[in-house]
Amino acid sequence: MGDGRQSGGKVAEGRAINAGPGRVLIAVYAIFALSATARAGVQIATKFSDAPVAYLLSALAAVIYVLATVGLARGGRAGRRIAVVCCTVELVGVLTVGTVSVLVRSVFPDDTVWSYYGRGYGFVPLVLPVLGLYWLWRTARPAVA
Amino acid sequence: MTDGLANGIVIGSLVLAAWALLTTALDRPVGRTHLVGLGLIELALVVQVVVAVVKMASGERAEEMATFIGYLIASLLVLPVGAALALIERSRWGSAIVALASLVIPVVIVRMRQVWGG
Repeated sequence: MGDGRQSGGKVAEGRAINAGPGRVLIAVYAIFALSATARAGVQIATKFSDAPVAYLLSALAAVIYVLATVGLARGGRAGRRIAVVCCTVELVGVLTVGTVSVLVRSVFPDDTVWSYYGRGYGFVPLVLPVLGLYWLWRTARPAVA
Repeated sequence: MTDGLANGIVIGSLVLAAWALLTTALDRPVGRTHLVGLGLIELALVVQVVVAVVKMASGERAEEMATFIGYLIASLLVLPVGAALALIERSRWGSAIVALASLVIPVVIVRMRQVWGG
């Protein structure tokens, strides 16, 4: 594809997203996928009526983390696309839910993963999609567009 | 919860995490020391689960039972999965995965204490 800039082992689709630092990212996403799924499961099973909006959001976040983990682990074009979509949704989600939770406390009587920009999780939910998108961008083929 | 055992697990995990971060910085992949460390902590975590199960069988109850059991199961999964991933990645990033997995354990222990005692 005529890219004189790159050397050795780099294919036209860009570098693999599921090797090197990418595997650390997969590990972090896997941890969040596990904890968010478990948390949403417990919340919905034991006290759904307390805060349905918050718990449905927890479930949505869990699904996004699971999909992002799968996308990053799978790699290839499809995996990359899944990961880009998930990281973007995550970033928009954490910014939106974070802002709403700060401005209108009553919307979320119980915390979600994304409340207060992920404060309950050491702000990792805020940093993670940024790291994810950065990694996906860095490993992508130099953009023509 | 058994405080002595839990404290030991937390300290052990932090020591292993520090060692793994050091080897990451030194550009070294996962070696035997990492695996021995992971094995010892996993063993202690298994003992902790057994102790918790015995306590629950004899009538003690965590304040948030479902969540507590979730953490018990998770506490056993983190290190083996992390070790497997770290062994696939034969580079400094494998060491980083060991550090990450080790840092998750103290969080799990602290949360377990919270949901056990309220």
